[in-house]
Amino acid sequence: MSENPTITDIADAAQLVAFGMRPRLVPARDRSYADLVRRHATDEMFAAATAAVVSGLGLVILGCSDRTGLVLAATDESLFELKMEDYSRRAVVRDRRERVLHGLIHLAVAAVAFPRPADLADDTYVGRLSVEQVDAVVRESCRMLDERAAAAEENLDPPEEAPELERTWRVYSRRTEVGGTRDSTRAMVTKAMKFLAEQGFLIQVGGDGGSTYRTTPRYQVQVRELAAGAAFDELLQLGVVVVTDGTGSLHTIRGDLLG
Amino acid sequence: MGGDVLAIDEGLARRLKALACTGPIHDLDARKSRLDFAEASVYAMAEIAFQILDQVAIAMDFDRGAGPEQVIARVRPFVAAQAPDRTTAEHEQVARWVLDNLINVGSVDRGFQVFYGTMADGRYRRLTFSFKLLVELVGADGEVYLRASDEAINVLIGALDTDVESAQIAAEIKLQNLINRGKLADAQAAALQARYTTIQYAEQLRRRLDATRRDVRSVDWEQEMPELIATALAHVEARYRQETAILATIRSVRNEAVEPERKRKAATVVEIVEIVEECMRRHTQLQTRLLDAGGLFRTEQDRQQFSGPPLRATVDLFGQLLAPTLDLPVADAEKPTGEFFRAGTGLRLPVVPRLLDMVELLLRPAPDRTDLGESLPEPELEPLPDPEVFTAEQWRWAEELLDVSEVPRRLSGLLADARAAEAELPRLVMLLALHAVSPEVGTARRQGDDRILIAVDDGTRLDDEGFGGADLLVGVARISGHDAAHADSGLASEGAA
Repeated sequence: MSENPTITDIADAAQLVAFGMRPRLVPARDRSYADLVRRHATDEMFAAATAAVVSGLGLVILGCSDRTGLVLAATDESLFELKMEDYSRRAVVRDRRERVLHGLIHLAVAAVAFPRPADLADDTYVGRLSVEQVDAVVRESCRMLDERAAAAEENLDPPEEAPELERTWRVYSRRTEVGGTRDSTRAMVTKAMKFLAEQGFLIQVGGDGGSTYRTTPRYQVQVRELAAGAAFDELLQLGVVVVTDGTGSLHTIRGDLLG
Repeated sequence: MGGDVLAIDEGLARRLKALACTGPIHDLDARKSRLDFAEASVYAMAEIAFQILDQVAIAMDFDRGAGPEQVIARVRPFVAAQAPDRTTAEHEQVARWVLDNLINVGSVDRGFQVFYGTMADGRYRRLTFSFKLLVELVGADGEVYLRASDEAINVLIGALDTDVESAQIAAEIKLQNLINRGKLADAQAAALQARYTTIQYAEQLRRRLDATRRDVRSVDWEQEMPELIATALAHVEARYRQETAILATIRSVRNEAVEPERKRKAATVVEIVEIVEECMRRHTQLQTRLLDAGGLFRTEQDRQQFSGPPLRATVDLFGQLLAPTLDLPVADAEKPTGEFFRAGTGLRLPVVPRLLDMVELLLRPAPDRTDLGESLPEPELEPLPDPEVFTAEQWRWAEELLDVSEVPRRLSGLLADARAAEAELPRLVMLLALHAVSPEVGTARRQGDDRILIAVDDGTRLDDEGFGGADLLVGVARISGHDAAHADSGLASEGAA
């Protein structure tokens, strides 16, 4: 193992990065990819060369294993950064409520894919989820918030001149669930999950009319290492911190309470 | 003192919201004249709307609501009864139009929005109230079906600002009275009303059971569910007693019937019996579900038992991210959702075009567009208000010109002055003078004006470059407060002479 990388080493590192940019390619399917991933894990000099190539492109490495391949993320203002307007032009043309709904749905997909903190931490966990499930979970949460607001007798109707002060759950629950329109929540969830499948984060599985997906290890790494933290930091900034004990925010109760 | 006047309590907001729920129904009749597929004035749209709402509410069962086609088919005979000489296709189209409007197809939310005022923190504010009447949902088989919203059920029952429990008690007391007095038609109406309450309970229960099947922990089985089950069971029990009483009364009415008049009444009783039996069937169905609910919960809890301690600390996506974000105002939620989207969707790979692909792309024949996408709903356009012909400035000038004092002036002189001031002004002055030939004295008096512009034709011809006709005498007449018919002015007497 030499101290300084040679031109060949750098070419190999760049090759690994190129593999990492093809989201649906996994090392198990490609010998040379698998070899490079193994080399990344064992050869420090090669890992450093890869990191240099990656940062030169305005990217960061989120993980590299034979299950996930090389998982990359774009830094701010990088050429590779995905913006909302690349995802949905309508969302940008319309108001911010539309953007918030799209972001929220991506968050909900992740939350349904990894319902407990342990699922996100466990490398062998594979989440299964469907469009209907994601929509139902968000709607159910909206219903609970609605009941809480009703119990507190709060008036949550937003001022006429400031619709953006309306609570997010109300905007979501008001959207129609189905109907021949791209604006329905199910259509928006479908769009999000199809998109994630293209990005190599979900894989469609048979059954349920084709709307069921399973998660890939890559998605787990992406959510765990980057997305969850980024959103959490934003909530911290807003002073919305919820402390949970690691068992998840859902609780079980004794069955004998019901006669 | 002023505080008393300004205090707007919540009841007002509630009533405004309740009133708003009827808005879309009034709207139907207001807009029917603008329908292009039919001359729709013969149809009473509000009645059709209530029929549709009824059909949907009655079809709302535990598993699903009514399919749109089913609803149309059920309502069509009613539409046909309103206009028997029109075609079946038109009846169907009218029913569909009403249904679409109740869903509010074409709006992003498929719902309605109204603004209402309320007092908050000591000042008046206008808030937005959003509601739906019919909701489209999808069943397990992928079919779209309709359910009536709580707002719609409230409008339908007519109890606009009451909660379920108290409306129910009132209905029961009323029913008991009716039975005592032997007024069966009203008893039937009250029984139907109680049925809607049952439907509402069934709907609440169904939603929670569905949620339990997905995740036991999302429903509060410690407090909320036992309470709901208990109140619903009490309701069913009370209803069962009442309806048995109705049936007993009906039987005695039938048996007592000896005179022909009473016999005839007894015949209509058969119909009531059917309705009451249908109500009882529904109550029994609810009761069965209620009794099964606890078992379902235990089965689901066993099935959904989770195991395995967490391996390392990570963010709880649901509890720490999704739930708090949902509770934020949209403006605040933009950052966390935006960050999650940016970080959770991966890379965007810039597309680099190759010249070879480009050439191929250009040479390829245009693909057939078979899939034209969803059809656009026909927009119903409100006519725009007429644009202002004259500016505010021109009106001011004209008023100044026509503010002639005691001595009336000739129209020709006024026109000449106006022409000197501005090009369009003569036209306005001429129109105002023409209007003043027969002024509406009564209106002016009611408005509290003390003077009015009046113009009189004394036979002189107008010699003007732009206008022809009589050279009117234009003057101002004072209106006396006590006698409207008598305009106290020299001009008036001159005109009368």
